[in-house]
Amino acid sequence: MKVAITSKGNNLNSKLDERFGRCSYFVIYDTETKGMEFLPNPNKDIHGGAGPASVEIVASRNVQKIISGEFGIKIKSIIDSLQIQMIVLKEPDKSIREIIDMLNK
Amino acid sequence: MSPRPVRLRKISNPPVISGFRPYGGKKTNGKIDAVFLHLEEYEALRLCDYELLNHQQASLIMDVSRPTLTRIYARARLKIAESFVLGKQIIIEGGKIYFDSEWYSCKACKCIFNNPEKRVEIKECPLCRSVNLLSYDKGSDGLKELTIKPKNKKYESSNHKQRK
Repeated sequence: MKVAITSKGNNLNSKLDERFGRCSYFVIYDTETKGMEFLPNPNKDIHGGAGPASVEIVASRNVQKIISGEFGIKIKSIIDSLQIQMIVLKEPDKSIREIIDMLNK
Repeated sequence: MSPRPVRLRKISNPPVISGFRPYGGKKTNGKIDAVFLHLEEYEALRLCDYELLNHQQASLIMDVSRPTLTRIYARARLKIAESFVLGKQIIIEGGKIYFDSEWYSCKACKCIFNNPEKRVEIKECPLCRSVNLLSYDKGSDGLKELTIKPKNKKYESSNHKQRK
């Protein structure tokens, strides 16, 4: 199963990004193969519609869960209709490594 | 004056298929007339005839008034009858709707998550596997605590009954 995590940087020690649409990187983590991929977010500095554009990127990777600090009102219904689980984690100090450890527990 | 805007209907379970096609009947060179069943009509039919709720309960789940729910439901039956009698295909799409699902929070890691698939019951936190969960009801005034941990199978509908 694939999980998307929003990240502030491109390595395991980076912190969780609190925003979804304008996060710096997406981490696509596969819980079965333990493989991971860091995707830079092209919508980081876009003027408008960053949320839906980011959902498109993440959904094209067939993820089943998205972990982020917040989801905007525009994209909640889109993610819901795609049957992807949203996990809101209000802990911006958590690193990507810690979150992946939690998933593997 | 312009008419009052249509109230958005809440859809908690998107359909697993996007329509139905009739078979048999006379050949029309692959072209079959279609009936467009709106998602709100599908949802009304699911709540009333599959979940066996009454119109009052179903209207609460879809966040519309009882008479409105009855009108949506009546339209759904009209369209399905039309497709059966005239051999038309049904395409489920459109409607004045928004998607919403139930939200939970985990007491152990303080995360908040939703349940994208209603048929599957949430038993543990997707992040830390803790079973110490709280169910939330998303009201107009943000997140509001409602019940503790889903247990029985009928949780889905019983949860909504409490909202009355």
